[in-house]
Parts: sequence; structure tokens; C-alpha cells
Amino acid sequence: MVNFWGAIVFWILAWMVNIFIARQNESRLLNLLPPLLFGASVILIWEASILKFDVSPVILPPPSAIYYKFFSSLHILWEDFVQTAIKGALSGYLIGCVLAFMVSLIADKFKFLERGLLPLGNFLAAMPIIGIAPILVMWYGYGWHSKAAVVAVMVFFPILVNTVQGMKMSDRIHRDLMQTYNASYFQTLIKLRLLTAMPFIFNGLKICTTLALIGAIVAEFFGSPIRGMGFRISTEAPRFALDMVWAEITVAAIAGSLFYGGVVLLEKWITFWHPSQRGRV
Amino acid sequence: MNKTYWTNPDSKLLPIVCIVTFIVIMWYGFSVILNAPWEYDKAKRASISLSTTDLISQTWSQKRPKLPTPHQVVKEIWDTTVNKKVTSKRSLIYHGIITFYETIYGFALGTGLGILLAIGIVYNRATAMSVMPWIITSQTIPILALAPMIIVALGSAGFNGLVPIAIISMYLSFFPVVVGMVKGLKSPEQLEIDQMKTWSASKTQVLFKLRAPKSTPYLFTSLKLGMAASLVGAIVGELPSGGGGGLGFRMLSGSTFGNTLHIWSGLFSAAILAGTLIAIISIIQRIVLKKMALEL
Repeated sequence: MVNFWGAIVFWILAWMVNIFIARQNESRLLNLLPPLLFGASVILIWEASILKFDVSPVILPPPSAIYYKFFSSLHILWEDFVQTAIKGALSGYLIGCVLAFMVSLIADKFKFLERGLLPLGNFLAAMPIIGIAPILVMWYGYGWHSKAAVVAVMVFFPILVNTVQGMKMSDRIHRDLMQTYNASYFQTLIKLRLLTAMPFIFNGLKICTTLALIGAIVAEFFGSPIRGMGFRISTEAPRFALDMVWAEITVAAIAGSLFYGGVVLLEKWITFWHPSQRGRV
Repeated sequence: MNKTYWTNPDSKLLPIVCIVTFIVIMWYGFSVILNAPWEYDKAKRASISLSTTDLISQTWSQKRPKLPTPHQVVKEIWDTTVNKKVTSKRSLIYHGIITFYETIYGFALGTGLGILLAIGIVYNRATAMSVMPWIITSQTIPILALAPMIIVALGSAGFNGLVPIAIISMYLSFFPVVVGMVKGLKSPEQLEIDQMKTWSASKTQVLFKLRAPKSTPYLFTSLKLGMAASLVGAIVGELPSGGGGGLGFRMLSGSTFGNTLHIWSGLFSAAILAGTLIAIISIIQRIVLKKMALEL
């Protein structure tokens, strides 16, 4: 039982602590505290308001109910996670990234292609590409292949645009230096230009982690086997089993954050030399 | 048209035309390949042999092709916009208007929320420290997964139709606005802020006379991203709402009944809608920035 006014008091106290921390000097450990306190107070107030105002679990289940549902249906959630996040999103993400990367290498070699692809790619990246989901589900069937295809198309353009942009980022003077070393095209590519392009490529990769999960989940709304996060959400929501829906959303949030965090770690490891990475250590 | 468009080696027009032509040719080719099995089946049942020209002309004119040709899609769009009454449920304009309203409401809500959050973050360090990480986390959650639930929850609370979908599209569009506006509101240099201080300007005066004008270029960039995001939100929000209409609903019903032409025409209308809305923002951006003497 959470007391409503207790939760409000906790929130005010947490906020005062945050203001106090904000006045202190930068420190890594202290910087972790404000978001945690804020999150904890949101969850407490959420739980307490539902008890206090007697909100029906059909509209919004309390966090405790979601917690119990999450741990009591771990095997279903795991099955859905494998179906959607691993088979659908991750494989589609890898396919899309590799394809976009290869096309941008070709575009880099032939400037004519690049001049046409860059504006088209920018245009298509702003389009509601998710709309191809019903078409691809029709072509590739209800299994995970169609989800991977949707994801691959969705991540293609952001990666393409960022990679092509990044390949232009090497300095003239560095390229001249490579030439004085008598470096071949591929040597310049691998030892200079791909490296300077890395921060841009990672920018694209990070944007696409969320796109990939969204694509895989939404594609399941158009048809899927009887497992998968999108399938579970779209069948449980009309049955008002909202605790299950929220449990799936928790899984999606964890998967999304892990995916994003993984790419960030990879970025730190590969582009350790970049000013934006050096500054933080 | 200016001749230099074609001869200038830096011009983008010729490469774009070439690539688009290439895509259209590939498209026609693929629609033969993908639609051929059905034609072969039909010919086998009727026990006639197909000549290549017959095969091609038939694959390009199927009623329910696996991949409709570009001219079929254009004809379908023409039929369902010009040749149908706007009030008819079979008119793409009818569905387009519904999606347009959802997008605009979501966009307005998202922009408002985004600007308010950005002001809070710039002016209050405690807000910045405690809220900013959650704003970023909120976007790693595939929020579109929330769509069915938001619609059910708000539906049982008495809100139907436009409101739930506008909220979903708000959730997608506020993020680019927050990120862009935080950058924009922080863009004045220390020198300029100090100058305002020497005039003993209040915090609100600094906001409206220095920070807000300085952030306009950032605002327009974010608005374009936000508009694209809120259209995606509107389309996905329509999927589980059922019956309401809109381009997303049209695509879903096309997918349920295997009517590929409906899906493709819906997809293209959505692309046209997105392009138009973004173009309108670009025009406003050019006029405003010119008046403010910020660019060109």
C-alpha cells in the first residue's frame, strides 16, 4: 500500500535533492542520481494515484501489477522477444546496414550516383516508410522474414545518407598525405576515409536501433504467427489485458535500451579518438 | 528551365532523373517477375501457352497483382481522388483529410510540449539532469508499440477518434523539437547574454528577445523532423483504432482484403502528404528567416 500524500512528499523531497545535486560540481556518480530519483517518484506517484483515485486497471494498471505480470509470464515474454527482437529486428537491422553500407561504398566510387542518391535518400528517409509493412508481409508471409525485410528497408536510408555524408569528412590535407604515401584507393578507404566516417556511421546506426524495433513490432500488426511482441500487444489490448501489454512494453524498453547501449559501447570502442568521446572520460 | 541544370557537373537533377528512371524500369521488370506465376497458373488451367508479349501485358494489368505497376498505382490514385466524391469512404482525399488532421493536431501538441520542455531544460539545471535522460530513454522504447493500448485506454475513458491518435503522433514529434530547441536556446554566446545583463534584462526578456529569435533556425529544422514523425504516428495510430478511416486504415484494409492497389495508393498518398507538409514548412522557414535577416 502506497500512501498518496506520502508519494507526493517523496516527490518534493526528491526534487529538492535534485536541485541540491544540480548546484554541486560535476561528478559521474552524482549525475546518476537525479534521473533515478525522478523515475522512482514517477513510479510511486503512478502507483499511489491509481489507488487513491481508484483507476480501473483497464485504463492504466499500477506498476506493481505490471511487475507481477512480468515475472509470472517470463517464458512468454522471452519467446516473443526472440521472435520479434532477435529474429525480426536484429537480423533485419544487420541486413539493412550491410546493404546500405555496400551501396554507399559504390556511391562513393561513382560521384554521379552519389549526387542522385543523397537527395533521394534524404527525401525517402523522411517518408512514412513503415507503410511498406503490409506489402512486405504479403510478399514474404507471416513469419519473421517479412519483419526482417521491413526493418531492412527502414534502416537502409538513414544509414546510407549518414555513411555517404561521413565519407566526405576526411580532410583534404589527409588525403593528400595518403597520396604522397602512394596509397591505393582501398588503402585510403580503409586507413583514412572509413575511419573519419565512423562517427557519422554510428550516428546512423544509433538512430536505426529504435527504428528497427518499431519496424518489427508494427509489421506484426499486419499479420504474424501466434508469438511476437507486436502480436501479443495487438491481441491483448482489445481484451483489456493491459498488464500484459505493459509487460511487453517493459520488454521493448529494455530491448531498445540494450540495443542502443550496445551500439554506444561499440562506438566508444571504435571511435575512441573522436573529441566527443575523449571529452567524457 | 535553365540550361545549366543539365550541363553543370555539380547539378543534382540529371543524376536524380537517371536513378528514378532506373528504379521505374526495375519496378516494371519486377512486376513481371512477381506477377508471372499467377499468369502461368491461369494459362495452365486454361491449357494455353503464353507468348512473352501476352505474359508481360497481362502481368502489367492484373486486378490484384503482387506488385502493381507504377501506371496502375497512378491510375488508382487518379480514380480515387478525382473520380470519387470527397465525402465517399472510397475517396483517398477523404482518408487523406482524416490523416492530415491527426498529423496536424499531434504536431501542434508535440511542438508545444517540446518547446516547453526545452525552456525548462535550458533554465533549470535540476530539470535538465533529471528529465533529459528519460526523454532520451523514451525514444529507445518503440513507442508505436503503445499505440493499441493508448487507443483502448483513452477509448474507455471516453475519448475516441482524433484524440488518441493525435497523442501518439505527439509522442513521436516532441523529441526532435526538444533536442533541436535545447540546442537553439543555448546557441546565444556568453557575450550576448552578458550584453543583455548589462541592460538589466529580466529572464523573460532574455528568453524572448535573445534566446527565442536565435533559436528560430533550429526550430524550423526540428519542425520538419517533427512533422515527418507525427505523420508516421498518425498512420500507425490508425491501425488498431479500426473503422475510423485515414490512410493507415486504408492500407490496413487493403492488406486484410489482399487489395494491393489500395496499399500502394495509400502509401503514395502518405508520401505526397509528408512531402507537401514538409515543403510548406520549408517555405515558411525561408520567408521568416529572410524577414529576420538570419539567412540569405
